[in-house]
Amino acid sequence: MVDPVVVVGASLGGLSAVDALRAGGHDGDVVVLEAADELPSDRPPLSKQVLAGTMEPAAARQPLAARLEELRADVRLGFRVESFDVATRRIRGADGTELQASGVVVATGAAPRRLPGPELAGVHVVRTMDDCLALKADLDRGPDRVVVVGAGFIGAEVAATCRELGLEVTLLEGAPAPMVRVLPVEVGSFVADLHRSHGVDVRLGVGVDGLEADGDRVSGVRLADGTLVPAQVVVVGIGVVPSTDWLTDSGVPLGNGVTCDETCLAAPGVVAAGDVAEWLNPHFGERMRVEQWEHAIEQGAAAGRRLLAGDGPGEPFASVPWFWSDQYDRKLQMAGRPSATDEVHVLEGSFAEQRFAVAFRRGDRCTGVLGVNRPRHVVQARMRLVESLDWAPIEELFS
Amino acid sequence: MQPPSPTGEPRGAEMKVVVNFDLCESNAVCMGIAPEVFEVRDDDFLYVLQEEPPEELREQVTEAARRCPKQAITVED
Ligand SMILES: Cc1cc2nc3c(=O)[nH]c(=O)nc-3n(C[C@H](O)[C@H](O)[C@H](O)COP(=O)(O)OP(=O)(O)OC[C@H]3O[C@@H](n4cnc5c(N)ncnc54)[C@H](O)[C@@H]3O)c2cc1C
Ligand code: SF4
Repeated sequence: MVDPVVVVGASLGGLSAVDALRAGGHDGDVVVLEAADELPSDRPPLSKQVLAGTMEPAAARQPLAARLEELRADVRLGFRVESFDVATRRIRGADGTELQASGVVVATGAAPRRLPGPELAGVHVVRTMDDCLALKADLDRGPDRVVVVGAGFIGAEVAATCRELGLEVTLLEGAPAPMVRVLPVEVGSFVADLHRSHGVDVRLGVGVDGLEADGDRVSGVRLADGTLVPAQVVVVGIGVVPSTDWLTDSGVPLGNGVTCDETCLAAPGVVAAGDVAEWLNPHFGERMRVEQWEHAIEQGAAAGRRLLAGDGPGEPFASVPWFWSDQYDRKLQMAGRPSATDEVHVLEGSFAEQRFAVAFRRGDRCTGVLGVNRPRHVVQARMRLVESLDWAPIEELFS
Repeated sequence: MQPPSPTGEPRGAEMKVVVNFDLCESNAVCMGIAPEVFEVRDDDFLYVLQEEPPEELREQVTEAARRCPKQAITVED
Protein backbone atom coordinates (compact mmCIF):
# COMPACT_ATOMS: atom_id res chain seq x y z
CA MET A 1 0.00 0.00 0.00
CA VAL A 2 1.19 3.48 -0.82
CA ASP A 3 1.30 5.93 2.08
CA PRO A 4 -1.00 8.94 1.82
CA VAL A 5 -0.01 12.48 1.02
CA VAL A 6 -0.52 14.35 4.27
CA VAL A 7 -1.54 17.99 4.23
CA VAL A 8 -1.19 19.86 7.50
CA GLY A 9 -3.65 22.77 7.76
CA ALA A 10 -7.11 22.82 6.12
CA SER A 11 -7.24 26.44 5.12
CA LEU A 12 -6.65 28.11 1.75
CA GLY A 13 -3.15 26.80 1.14
CA GLY A 14 -3.79 23.24 2.26
CA LEU A 15 -7.06 22.68 0.41
CA SER A 16 -5.74 24.33 -2.73
CA ALA A 17 -2.82 21.88 -2.69
CA VAL A 18 -5.30 19.00 -2.52
CA ASP A 19 -7.21 20.50 -5.45
CA ALA A 20 -4.00 20.64 -7.50
CA LEU A 21 -3.05 17.08 -6.55
CA ARG A 22 -6.41 15.83 -7.79
CA ALA A 23 -6.35 18.02 -10.89
CA GLY A 24 -2.87 16.65 -11.62
CA GLY A 25 -4.16 13.11 -11.54
CA HIS A 26 -3.10 12.00 -8.07
CA ASP A 27 -5.44 9.18 -7.27
CA GLY A 28 -3.97 7.97 -4.00
CA ASP A 29 -5.08 8.80 -0.48
CA VAL A 30 -4.88 12.35 0.79
CA VAL A 31 -5.19 13.06 4.50
CA VAL A 32 -5.73 16.61 5.72
CA LEU A 33 -4.94 17.30 9.37
CA GLU A 34 -6.44 20.40 10.95
CA ALA A 35 -6.05 21.50 14.57
CA ALA A 36 -9.31 23.44 14.66
CA ASP A 37 -12.51 21.55 15.50
CA GLU A 38 -14.26 22.95 12.45
CA LEU A 39 -13.17 23.56 8.90
CA PRO A 40 -11.54 27.02 9.07
CA SER A 41 -13.78 29.79 7.79
CA ASP A 42 -12.76 32.24 5.14
CA ARG A 43 -10.74 34.83 7.08
CA PRO A 44 -11.10 38.18 5.26
CA PRO A 45 -14.75 38.70 6.38
CA LEU A 46 -13.67 38.26 10.02
CA SER A 47 -12.35 41.82 10.23
CA LYS A 48 -14.98 43.14 7.84
CA GLN A 49 -18.52 41.86 7.13
CA VAL A 50 -18.90 39.21 9.84
CA LEU A 51 -17.58 41.58 12.49
CA ALA A 52 -19.86 44.30 11.16
CA GLY A 53 -22.82 41.94 11.29
CA THR A 54 -23.56 42.25 7.57
CA MET A 55 -22.60 38.66 6.75
CA GLU A 56 -23.78 35.52 8.49
CA PRO A 57 -20.91 33.50 9.94
CA ALA A 58 -22.03 30.49 7.90
CA ALA A 59 -21.60 32.48 4.68
CA ALA A 60 -17.90 33.06 5.36
CA ARG A 61 -16.76 29.89 3.69
CA GLN A 62 -13.49 29.13 1.98
CA PRO A 63 -13.92 28.71 -1.79
CA LEU A 64 -13.06 25.01 -1.71
CA ALA A 65 -15.37 24.22 1.21
CA ALA A 66 -18.16 23.60 -1.30
CA ARG A 67 -16.07 21.06 -3.20
CA LEU A 68 -14.61 19.07 -0.33
CA GLU A 69 -16.27 15.84 -1.33
CA GLU A 70 -15.00 16.09 -4.88
CA LEU A 71 -11.46 16.41 -3.50
CA ARG A 72 -11.77 12.97 -1.87
CA ALA A 73 -9.67 13.99 1.08
CA ASP A 74 -9.80 12.41 4.49
CA VAL A 75 -10.11 15.64 6.52
CA ARG A 76 -9.44 15.08 10.22
CA LEU A 77 -10.55 18.03 12.31
CA GLY A 78 -9.32 18.58 15.85
CA PHE A 79 -6.04 16.91 14.89
CA ARG A 80 -3.08 18.99 16.02
CA VAL A 81 0.22 17.82 14.62
CA GLU A 82 2.89 17.92 17.28
CA SER A 83 5.97 16.70 15.47
CA PHE A 84 7.35 15.51 12.16
CA ASP A 85 10.54 13.85 11.04
CA VAL A 86 11.71 14.59 7.54
CA ALA A 87 13.96 11.53 7.22
CA THR A 88 11.20 9.02 7.99
CA ARG A 89 8.24 11.24 6.99
CA ARG A 90 6.43 10.27 10.16
CA ILE A 91 3.88 12.64 11.60
CA ARG A 92 2.80 12.57 15.20
CA GLY A 93 -0.38 14.10 16.56
CA ALA A 94 -0.83 15.74 19.96
CA ASP A 95 -2.88 12.70 21.03
CA GLY A 96 -0.06 10.32 20.11
CA THR A 97 -1.53 9.12 16.78
CA GLU A 98 1.15 8.47 14.17
CA LEU A 99 0.89 8.67 10.41
CA GLN A 100 3.28 7.65 7.68
CA ALA A 101 3.31 10.06 4.72
CA SER A 102 4.56 9.67 1.17
CA GLY A 103 4.62 13.43 0.82
CA VAL A 104 3.80 16.36 3.08
CA VAL A 105 2.24 19.76 2.43
CA VAL A 106 3.01 22.27 5.19
CA ALA A 107 0.11 24.74 5.25
CA THR A 108 -0.17 25.66 8.91
CA GLY A 109 -0.37 29.40 8.26
CA ALA A 110 0.39 31.81 11.02
CA ALA A 111 -0.91 32.76 14.45
CA PRO A 112 -1.36 36.26 15.85
CA ARG A 113 1.22 37.76 18.18
CA ARG A 114 -0.15 38.69 21.57
CA LEU A 115 0.82 41.24 24.18
CA PRO A 116 2.78 39.87 27.12
CA GLY A 117 1.02 39.61 30.46
CA PRO A 118 -1.90 37.66 31.91
CA GLU A 119 -4.99 36.95 29.82
CA LEU A 120 -7.74 39.51 30.36
CA ALA A 121 -11.37 39.55 29.27
CA GLY A 122 -11.96 42.17 26.62
CA VAL A 123 -8.59 41.65 24.92
CA HIS A 124 -8.84 40.13 21.45
CA VAL A 125 -6.95 38.98 18.41
CA VAL A 126 -8.72 38.23 15.11
CA ARG A 127 -7.66 35.12 13.24
CA THR A 128 -10.47 32.60 13.53
CA MET A 129 -14.27 32.70 13.44
CA ASP A 130 -14.30 32.13 17.21
CA ASP A 131 -12.00 35.14 17.68
CA CYS A 132 -14.28 37.24 15.52
CA LEU A 133 -17.49 36.23 17.29
CA ALA A 134 -15.93 36.77 20.73
CA LEU A 135 -14.89 40.28 19.71
CA LYS A 136 -18.28 40.93 18.17
CA ALA A 137 -20.00 39.91 21.40
CA ASP A 138 -17.86 42.40 23.31
CA LEU A 139 -18.59 45.14 20.76
CA ASP A 140 -22.31 44.42 21.10
CA ARG A 141 -22.03 45.31 24.81
CA GLY A 142 -21.42 48.90 23.70
CA PRO A 143 -17.96 49.74 25.05
CA ASP A 144 -17.15 53.44 25.59
CA ARG A 145 -13.97 52.97 23.60
CA VAL A 146 -12.14 50.33 21.60
CA VAL A 147 -8.36 50.52 21.41
CA VAL A 148 -6.73 48.81 18.45
CA VAL A 149 -3.06 48.11 19.03
CA GLY A 150 -1.19 48.01 15.72
CA ALA A 151 -2.24 49.66 12.46
CA GLY A 152 -1.40 46.86 10.05
CA PHE A 153 -4.08 45.80 7.60
CA ILE A 154 -6.08 43.72 10.07
CA GLY A 155 -5.88 46.36 12.81
CA ALA A 156 -6.88 49.08 10.37
CA GLU A 157 -9.84 47.04 9.11
CA VAL A 158 -11.04 46.27 12.63
CA ALA A 159 -10.74 49.97 13.53
CA ALA A 160 -12.81 50.89 10.47
CA THR A 161 -15.48 48.29 11.24
CA CYS A 162 -15.75 49.42 14.88
CA ARG A 163 -16.07 53.03 13.75
CA GLU A 164 -18.82 52.09 11.31
CA LEU A 165 -20.60 50.39 14.20
CA GLY A 166 -20.61 53.83 15.84
CA LEU A 167 -17.97 53.09 18.46
CA GLU A 168 -15.21 55.41 19.66
CA VAL A 169 -11.89 54.06 18.46
CA THR A 170 -8.24 54.74 19.26
CA LEU A 171 -5.74 53.27 16.82
CA LEU A 172 -2.22 52.94 18.23
CA GLU A 173 0.86 52.40 16.11
CA GLY A 174 4.38 52.18 17.45
CA ALA A 175 5.96 53.24 14.15
CA PRO A 176 5.81 56.84 12.83
CA ALA A 177 3.13 55.74 10.30
CA PRO A 178 1.15 52.55 9.66
CA MET A 179 2.81 49.79 7.64
CA VAL A 180 6.15 51.60 7.29
CA ARG A 181 8.14 48.42 7.60
CA VAL A 182 6.61 47.04 4.43
CA LEU A 183 5.37 50.04 2.43
CA PRO A 184 6.62 53.55 1.67
CA VAL A 185 5.57 56.09 4.30
CA GLU A 186 3.18 57.90 1.93
CA VAL A 187 0.85 54.89 1.95
CA GLY A 188 0.85 54.59 5.73
CA SER A 189 0.23 58.32 6.10
CA PHE A 190 -2.73 58.01 3.77
CA VAL A 191 -4.16 55.19 5.89
CA ALA A 192 -3.68 57.25 9.07
CA ASP A 193 -5.42 60.25 7.46
CA LEU A 194 -8.25 58.06 6.19
CA HIS A 195 -8.95 56.89 9.72
CA ARG A 196 -8.69 60.39 11.14
CA SER A 197 -11.18 61.62 8.56
CA HIS A 198 -13.58 59.03 9.93
CA GLY A 199 -13.11 60.20 13.51
CA VAL A 200 -10.61 57.64 14.75
CA ASP A 201 -8.15 58.87 17.39
CA VAL A 202 -4.96 57.80 15.59
CA ARG A 203 -1.77 57.92 17.64
CA LEU A 204 1.50 57.22 15.88
CA GLY A 205 4.95 56.56 17.26
CA VAL A 206 3.59 55.47 20.62
CA GLY A 207 4.64 52.27 22.33
CA VAL A 208 2.35 50.25 24.56
CA ASP A 209 3.61 49.80 28.09
CA GLY A 210 0.90 47.43 29.24
CA LEU A 211 -2.76 46.85 29.96
CA GLU A 212 -4.73 48.11 32.97
CA ALA A 213 -7.28 45.75 34.45
CA ASP A 214 -10.37 45.98 36.56
CA GLY A 215 -10.55 42.51 38.08
CA ASP A 216 -10.06 40.08 35.21
CA ARG A 217 -11.31 42.53 32.55
CA VAL A 218 -9.24 45.08 30.70
CA SER A 219 -9.92 48.71 31.60
CA GLY A 220 -7.34 50.56 29.55
CA VAL A 221 -4.05 50.68 27.72
CA ARG A 222 -1.00 52.26 29.34
CA LEU A 223 1.26 53.96 26.82
CA ALA A 224 5.03 54.22 27.04
CA ASP A 225 4.76 57.97 27.68
CA GLY A 226 2.65 57.30 30.77
CA THR A 227 -0.74 58.21 29.24
CA LEU A 228 -3.64 55.91 30.03
CA VAL A 229 -6.27 55.32 27.36
CA PRO A 230 -9.36 53.89 29.06
CA ALA A 231 -11.00 51.13 27.00
CA GLN A 232 -13.27 48.16 27.66
CA VAL A 233 -12.19 46.40 24.49
CA VAL A 234 -8.66 46.06 23.17
CA VAL A 235 -7.85 44.46 19.82
CA VAL A 236 -4.27 43.40 19.30
CA GLY A 237 -3.13 43.50 15.67
CA ILE A 238 0.63 43.40 15.96
CA GLY A 239 1.33 40.83 13.30
CA VAL A 240 1.57 37.09 13.09
CA VAL A 241 4.15 34.38 13.63
CA PRO A 242 4.37 31.47 11.15
CA SER A 243 3.07 28.28 12.79
CA THR A 244 6.17 26.12 12.70
CA ASP A 245 6.42 24.95 16.32
CA TRP A 246 5.63 21.37 15.19
CA LEU A 247 8.60 21.48 12.81
CA THR A 248 11.24 22.58 15.33
CA ASP A 249 13.06 19.22 15.43
CA SER A 250 11.85 17.91 12.08
CA GLY A 251 14.85 18.64 9.90
CA VAL A 252 12.72 20.93 7.69
CA PRO A 253 14.68 24.17 7.19
CA LEU A 254 13.17 27.05 9.16
CA GLY A 255 13.92 30.76 9.14
CA ASN A 256 11.21 33.28 8.38
CA GLY A 257 8.69 30.42 8.34
CA VAL A 258 9.49 27.29 6.33
CA THR A 259 12.38 27.93 3.95
CA CYS A 260 11.58 26.71 0.42
CA ASP A 261 13.33 26.81 -2.93
CA GLU A 262 11.73 28.48 -5.93
CA THR A 263 9.47 25.49 -6.52
CA CYS A 264 8.03 25.60 -2.96
CA LEU A 265 10.04 22.53 -1.99
CA ALA A 266 11.44 22.62 1.57
CA ALA A 267 12.94 19.11 1.75
CA PRO A 268 12.58 15.95 -0.35
CA GLY A 269 8.85 15.19 -0.44
CA VAL A 270 8.00 18.22 1.68
CA VAL A 271 6.41 21.36 0.22
CA ALA A 272 4.99 24.45 1.91
CA ALA A 273 2.48 27.14 0.96
CA GLY A 274 0.67 30.18 2.27
CA ASP A 275 1.41 32.32 5.32
CA VAL A 276 3.87 29.77 6.69
CA ALA A 277 6.07 29.52 3.59
CA GLU A 278 9.03 31.60 2.54
CA TRP A 279 10.22 30.89 -0.97
CA LEU A 280 12.46 32.36 -3.62
CA ASN A 281 10.10 34.17 -5.97
CA PRO A 282 11.95 34.01 -9.30
CA HIS A 283 9.89 36.86 -10.74
CA PHE A 284 11.40 39.26 -8.21
CA GLY A 285 14.60 37.34 -7.53
CA GLU A 286 13.81 37.78 -3.84
CA ARG A 287 12.88 35.55 -0.96
CA MET A 288 9.46 36.43 0.38
CA ARG A 289 6.76 35.21 2.73
CA VAL A 290 3.38 36.55 1.71
CA GLU A 291 0.39 36.75 4.06
CA GLN A 292 -2.35 37.18 1.50
CA TRP A 293 -5.51 35.36 0.53
CA GLU A 294 -5.00 34.84 -3.20
CA HIS A 295 -1.37 34.02 -2.68
CA ALA A 296 -2.22 31.16 -0.31
CA ILE A 297 -4.43 29.63 -3.00
CA GLU A 298 -1.92 30.08 -5.83
CA GLN A 299 1.03 28.85 -3.81
CA GLY A 300 -1.02 25.94 -2.47
CA ALA A 301 -1.65 24.87 -6.06
CA ALA A 302 2.03 25.27 -6.94
CA ALA A 303 3.05 23.23 -3.91
CA GLY A 304 0.62 20.47 -4.86
CA ARG A 305 2.05 20.36 -8.40
CA ARG A 306 5.58 20.29 -6.99
CA LEU A 307 4.77 17.23 -4.96
CA LEU A 308 3.48 15.52 -8.10
CA ALA A 309 6.76 16.29 -9.90
CA GLY A 310 8.46 13.97 -7.40
CA ASP A 311 12.20 13.69 -7.92
CA GLY A 312 12.03 15.86 -11.05
CA PRO A 313 13.05 19.52 -10.94
CA GLY A 314 9.50 20.90 -10.68
CA GLU A 315 8.25 24.25 -11.93
CA PRO A 316 9.40 27.49 -10.29
CA PHE A 317 6.53 29.41 -8.67
CA ALA A 318 6.80 32.90 -10.16
CA SER A 319 4.27 35.32 -8.78
CA VAL A 320 3.13 38.92 -8.62
CA PRO A 321 1.18 38.81 -5.36
CA TRP A 322 -2.13 40.67 -5.13
CA PHE A 323 -4.32 41.57 -2.21
CA TRP A 324 -7.17 43.79 -1.15
CA SER A 325 -8.18 45.50 2.05
CA ASP A 326 -11.55 47.17 2.67
CA GLN A 327 -11.70 50.10 5.06
CA TYR A 328 -14.88 52.21 5.27
CA ASP A 329 -16.03 52.65 1.68
CA ARG A 330 -12.46 52.53 0.38
CA LYS A 331 -11.09 49.48 -1.38
CA LEU A 332 -7.38 49.30 -1.25
CA GLN A 333 -5.64 46.87 -3.56
CA MET A 334 -2.06 46.16 -4.31
CA ALA A 335 -0.19 44.09 -6.86
CA GLY A 336 3.49 43.39 -6.38
CA ARG A 337 5.95 43.52 -3.55
CA PRO A 338 7.33 46.99 -2.89
CA SER A 339 9.64 47.82 -0.04
CA ALA A 340 9.57 50.75 2.37
CA THR A 341 12.36 52.57 0.55
CA ASP A 342 10.87 52.50 -2.98
CA GLU A 343 9.87 55.76 -4.70
CA VAL A 344 6.16 56.52 -4.89
CA HIS A 345 4.73 57.85 -8.16
CA VAL A 346 1.12 58.96 -8.28
CA LEU A 347 -0.27 57.71 -11.60
CA GLU A 348 -3.94 58.50 -11.26
CA GLY A 349 -6.05 60.63 -8.91
CA SER A 350 -4.72 62.02 -5.65
CA PHE A 351 -4.39 61.20 -1.96
CA ALA A 352 -6.69 64.15 -1.20
CA GLU A 353 -9.53 62.57 -3.21
CA GLN A 354 -8.94 59.28 -1.40
CA ARG A 355 -9.06 57.70 -4.86
CA PHE A 356 -5.79 57.03 -6.63
CA ALA A 357 -3.31 54.61 -8.10
CA VAL A 358 0.37 54.82 -7.23
CA ALA A 359 3.31 52.85 -8.55
CA PHE A 360 6.41 51.97 -6.58
CA ARG A 361 9.74 52.35 -8.29
CA ARG A 362 13.19 50.97 -7.54
CA GLY A 363 15.70 51.87 -10.24
CA ASP A 364 14.29 50.70 -13.57
CA ARG A 365 11.82 48.43 -11.90
CA CYS A 366 8.24 48.77 -10.89
CA THR A 367 7.92 46.78 -7.67
CA GLY A 368 4.18 47.21 -7.30
CA VAL A 369 1.03 49.22 -7.89
CA LEU A 370 -1.40 50.21 -5.18
CA GLY A 371 -4.86 51.59 -5.78
CA VAL A 372 -7.57 53.04 -3.61
CA ASN A 373 -10.93 52.60 -5.34
CA ARG A 374 -9.01 51.94 -8.54
CA PRO A 375 -9.42 48.19 -9.01
CA ARG A 376 -9.14 48.37 -12.78
CA HIS A 377 -5.79 50.15 -12.66
CA VAL A 378 -4.34 47.68 -10.22
CA VAL A 379 -5.45 44.68 -12.22
CA GLN A 380 -4.22 46.12 -15.52
CA ALA A 381 -0.89 46.97 -13.94
CA ARG A 382 -0.68 43.49 -12.51
CA MET A 383 -1.09 41.98 -15.96
CA ARG A 384 1.91 44.02 -17.13
CA LEU A 385 3.92 43.20 -14.04
CA VAL A 386 3.33 39.51 -14.65
CA GLU A 387 5.06 39.99 -18.01
CA SER A 388 7.91 42.05 -16.62
CA LEU A 389 8.77 44.36 -13.76
CA ASP A 390 10.10 47.04 -16.13
CA TRP A 391 9.13 50.55 -15.11
CA ALA A 392 8.47 51.97 -18.59
CA PRO A 393 5.39 49.89 -19.54
CA ILE A 394 3.71 50.77 -16.25
CA GLU A 395 4.29 54.47 -16.72
CA GLU A 396 3.02 54.12 -20.29
CA LEU A 397 -0.12 52.30 -19.17
CA PHE A 398 -1.27 55.34 -17.22
CA SER A 399 -0.08 58.14 -19.49
CA MET B 1 -24.17 46.71 -7.47
CA GLN B 2 -25.92 47.18 -10.76
CA PRO B 3 -26.96 44.50 -13.18
CA PRO B 4 -24.63 43.42 -15.97
CA SER B 5 -24.96 45.28 -19.22
CA PRO B 6 -26.19 42.88 -21.84
CA THR B 7 -23.72 43.88 -24.52
CA GLY B 8 -21.91 41.37 -26.67
CA GLU B 9 -23.60 39.13 -29.14
CA PRO B 10 -24.73 35.72 -28.13
CA ARG B 11 -22.99 33.35 -30.49
CA GLY B 12 -24.98 30.26 -29.81
CA ALA B 13 -22.51 28.93 -27.25
CA GLU B 14 -23.95 26.88 -24.40
CA MET B 15 -21.84 28.52 -21.72
CA LYS B 16 -23.55 31.24 -19.68
CA VAL B 17 -21.76 33.51 -17.26
CA VAL B 18 -23.72 34.63 -14.23
CA VAL B 19 -22.38 37.09 -11.68
CA ASN B 20 -24.02 37.42 -8.30
CA PHE B 21 -23.85 41.17 -7.88
CA ASP B 22 -24.81 40.93 -4.22
CA LEU B 23 -21.48 39.22 -3.65
CA CYS B 24 -19.29 40.98 -6.20
CA GLU B 25 -16.87 43.50 -4.69
CA SER B 26 -15.58 44.87 -7.99
CA ASN B 27 -12.04 43.85 -7.22
CA ALA B 28 -11.47 43.06 -10.90
CA VAL B 29 -9.67 39.76 -10.45
CA CYS B 30 -11.92 38.28 -13.13
CA MET B 31 -10.98 41.09 -15.52
CA GLY B 32 -7.31 40.27 -15.09
CA ILE B 33 -7.98 36.72 -16.23
CA ALA B 34 -10.73 37.15 -18.85
CA PRO B 35 -10.73 40.79 -20.02
CA GLU B 36 -12.92 39.93 -22.99
CA VAL B 37 -15.71 38.88 -20.67
CA PHE B 38 -15.35 40.97 -17.52
CA GLU B 39 -14.66 44.67 -17.25
CA VAL B 40 -14.52 46.87 -14.18
CA ARG B 41 -15.04 50.42 -15.41
CA ASP B 42 -14.17 53.80 -13.96
CA ASP B 43 -17.42 53.83 -12.02
CA ASP B 44 -16.01 50.84 -10.07
CA PHE B 45 -18.77 48.54 -11.25
CA LEU B 46 -18.26 45.23 -12.96
CA TYR B 47 -19.76 44.81 -16.40
CA VAL B 48 -20.16 41.44 -18.07
CA LEU B 49 -19.27 42.11 -21.68
CA GLN B 50 -20.40 38.74 -22.98
CA GLU B 51 -22.91 36.73 -21.02
CA GLU B 52 -22.56 33.86 -23.44
CA PRO B 53 -18.90 33.89 -24.38
CA PRO B 54 -17.60 31.64 -27.14
CA GLU B 55 -16.24 28.24 -26.30
CA GLU B 56 -12.60 29.27 -26.76
CA LEU B 57 -12.91 31.51 -23.69
CA ARG B 58 -14.14 28.70 -21.47
CA GLU B 59 -10.81 28.08 -19.82
CA GLN B 60 -10.34 31.75 -18.93
CA VAL B 61 -13.89 32.15 -17.69
CA THR B 62 -13.65 29.02 -15.55
CA GLU B 63 -10.36 30.24 -14.15
CA ALA B 64 -11.93 33.63 -13.34
CA ALA B 65 -14.80 31.89 -11.55
CA ARG B 66 -12.31 29.82 -9.60
CA ARG B 67 -10.19 32.78 -8.59
CA CYS B 68 -12.96 35.27 -7.78
CA PRO B 69 -12.36 36.05 -4.08
CA LYS B 70 -16.10 36.33 -3.49
CA GLN B 71 -17.03 33.24 -5.51
CA ALA B 72 -19.50 35.52 -7.26
CA ILE B 73 -19.17 33.99 -10.74
CA THR B 74 -20.91 30.86 -11.91
CA VAL B 75 -20.56 29.29 -15.30
CA GLU B 76 -23.71 27.50 -16.40
CA ASP B 77 -23.82 25.05 -19.28
C1 LIG C 1 -8.99 38.81 9.98
C2 LIG C 1 -8.23 38.56 8.70
C3 LIG C 1 -8.54 39.31 7.57
C4 LIG C 1 -7.84 39.11 6.37
N1 LIG C 1 -8.16 39.86 5.29
C5 LIG C 1 -7.49 39.69 4.12
C6 LIG C 1 -7.80 40.47 2.99
O1 LIG C 1 -8.68 41.34 3.01
N2 LIG C 1 -7.09 40.26 1.83
C7 LIG C 1 -6.10 39.34 1.77
O2 LIG C 1 -5.48 39.20 0.70
N3 LIG C 1 -5.79 38.56 2.83
C8 LIG C 1 -6.46 38.72 4.01
N4 LIG C 1 -6.15 37.93 5.10
C9 LIG C 1 -5.04 36.95 4.99
C10 LIG C 1 -5.48 35.56 4.53
O3 LIG C 1 -6.68 35.18 5.13
C11 LIG C 1 -4.36 34.58 4.87
O4 LIG C 1 -3.24 34.95 4.12
C12 LIG C 1 -4.74 33.13 4.59
O5 LIG C 1 -5.75 32.71 5.46
C13 LIG C 1 -3.54 32.21 4.69
O6 LIG C 1 -3.94 30.89 4.44
P1 LIG C 1 -3.05 29.65 4.90
O7 LIG C 1 -3.72 28.45 4.33
O8 LIG C 1 -1.64 29.91 4.60
O9 LIG C 1 -3.09 29.62 6.50
P2 LIG C 1 -4.21 29.83 7.60
O10 LIG C 1 -5.43 30.43 7.03
O11 LIG C 1 -3.54 30.54 8.72
O12 LIG C 1 -4.58 28.36 8.05
C14 LIG C 1 -3.65 27.49 8.64
C15 LIG C 1 -4.41 26.37 9.31
O13 LIG C 1 -3.47 25.44 9.85
C16 LIG C 1 -3.94 24.99 11.08
N5 LIG C 1 -2.80 24.55 11.91
C17 LIG C 1 -1.82 25.31 12.43
N6 LIG C 1 -0.94 24.56 13.13
C18 LIG C 1 -1.39 23.29 13.04
C19 LIG C 1 -0.91 22.04 13.54
N7 LIG C 1 0.22 21.98 14.28
N8 LIG C 1 -1.60 20.91 13.28
C20 LIG C 1 -2.75 20.98 12.51
N9 LIG C 1 -3.23 22.12 12.01
C21 LIG C 1 -2.57 23.26 12.27
C22 LIG C 1 -4.65 26.17 11.67
O14 LIG C 1 -5.61 25.76 12.64
C23 LIG C 1 -5.25 26.84 10.46
O15 LIG C 1 -6.59 26.47 10.25
C24 LIG C 1 -6.83 38.12 6.31
C25 LIG C 1 -6.52 37.37 7.45
C26 LIG C 1 -7.21 37.57 8.64
C27 LIG C 1 -6.87 36.76 9.85
S1 SF4 D 1 -13.46 38.73 -9.33
FE1 SF4 D 1 -15.46 38.36 -8.42
S2 SF4 D 1 -15.73 39.95 -6.89
FE2 SF4 D 1 -14.06 40.59 -8.23
S3 SF4 D 1 -15.04 41.86 -9.80
FE3 SF4 D 1 -14.94 39.79 -10.61
S4 SF4 D 1 -16.91 38.90 -10.00
FE4 SF4 D 1 -16.67 40.71 -8.76
